[in-house]
Amino acid sequence: MNLPDPNRLIDRLAEQIRPHLHPDSALLGIHTGGVWVMEALVKRLAVDLPCGVLDIAFYRDDFSRIGLHPEVKPSSIPFDVEGRPIVLIDDVLYTGRTIRAAINLVFDYGRPASIRLAVLVDRGGRELPVCPDYLGVKMDLEAGQHISLERDDHGRLRLATKRAAP
Amino acid sequence: MNRNLQLTADGKLHHLLTLDGLPARILTEILDTAESFVSIGDRDVKKVPLLRGKAVFNLFFENSTRTRTTFEIAAKRLSADVFNLNISTSSQNKGETLLDTVANLSAMQADMFVVRHASSGAPHLIARHVAPHISVVNAGDGRCAHPTQGLLDMFTIRHYKGGFHNLRVAIVGDVLHSRVARSQIHALTTLGCPELRVVAPKTLLPRDVESMGVHVHHTMETGIKDCDVIIMLRLQNERMQGDLLPSAGEYYKNWGLTPDKMKLARPDAIVMHPGPMNRGVEIDSDVADGKHSVILPQVTFGIAVRMAVMSMVAGN
Repeated sequence: MNLPDPNRLIDRLAEQIRPHLHPDSALLGIHTGGVWVMEALVKRLAVDLPCGVLDIAFYRDDFSRIGLHPEVKPSSIPFDVEGRPIVLIDDVLYTGRTIRAAINLVFDYGRPASIRLAVLVDRGGRELPVCPDYLGVKMDLEAGQHISLERDDHGRLRLATKRAAP
Repeated sequence: MNRNLQLTADGKLHHLLTLDGLPARILTEILDTAESFVSIGDRDVKKVPLLRGKAVFNLFFENSTRTRTTFEIAAKRLSADVFNLNISTSSQNKGETLLDTVANLSAMQADMFVVRHASSGAPHLIARHVAPHISVVNAGDGRCAHPTQGLLDMFTIRHYKGGFHNLRVAIVGDVLHSRVARSQIHALTTLGCPELRVVAPKTLLPRDVESMGVHVHHTMETGIKDCDVIIMLRLQNERMQGDLLPSAGEYYKNWGLTPDKMKLARPDAIVMHPGPMNRGVEIDSDVADGKHSVILPQVTFGIAVRMAVMSMVAGN
């Protein structure tokens, strides 16, 4: 399969987000791919936006089935969420469960004015009523296929697919 | 049975009974996970939904305020339902056996037992008899182990010192009767602390203490010299009644941590104490409240460490 260049997709996201930025806007990237996208977006938007990092391990809905994720990282929101317009950023949107967890996490820090969702790839397969406000590309992948954003030692981003383990 | 009772078949933590025999990989995983829970204490909503709907029973067959309270706070911050049972005033007095008490609470759909007991091995006994979905966390048993205290001490050391590999650590006081000291020694050895000392009069050291990989010192002058970390142990009042020690005043003079003795340690040394402290016996107030003291941060970190342990054992 021919996969798009993530840098082009991030350009596209930046163009979509820019007109909606507010003086109080802040970005929140979901660990790990969403954080990479956020970092690349901030460079393109060239404004001084507060940024935070979310790890949703404590908010996952499959804890009772698979336990705690072994490499949980601290979430860090170095600004007051209360009353702010938030742009939530992830690399791939699939079932929507990660986004549900991330929204719950944000509300435990305060009540934002709004949350908009930016994703690099919408791969279909939603199980919850979640849809992106800003989108890089929509792709239809089969249930057994896995797509993820990767970053090499030089900070270069690329999309990669593989068959998910059965 | 060879397999470690604490681990699942695939090597994950299911009960926490002792730090003796737990691999460094699991100790580090607990400390790393606790790191993520520390920041939750700074939020508006200090709760995460991980253990929502789970029933955690605090079974305290022996008194404790700090440990029981921090376990309760930890469970509540994980959104569990917490039930505190003060068993010394309850059915054990009516003759019910430990395992019958546990069987009854299991019938009330318990998911986790946090156990403190005056008899060494009581949490192990419970862990061997509960249903597979139930986890047991040892909150202190006899003279055997106090693993969450040992872990929160490791967390505190790592927080202030960055790691364990270049440290000189001294544990000072009643090692003989201390389950805390045992847990600390196991953890520090596993995590690669290169020089671990115990400092105490001969009467307060176990006979086999050197076999645990520690250096024995009988005076503070040699014991805490150039140390990065000084861990003071509580001198239990009842020890004073026996013939192990001359008097509290004599003990303070020789093994109490005073500002003067602190000058022997490294200038950036930290002082720890598991509490409750006997001011003027094992530690001087000027040290307990001074710039080297990290005694209160230990308590705060204890919540995050207990959250990490509870969420890991409940998920495995």
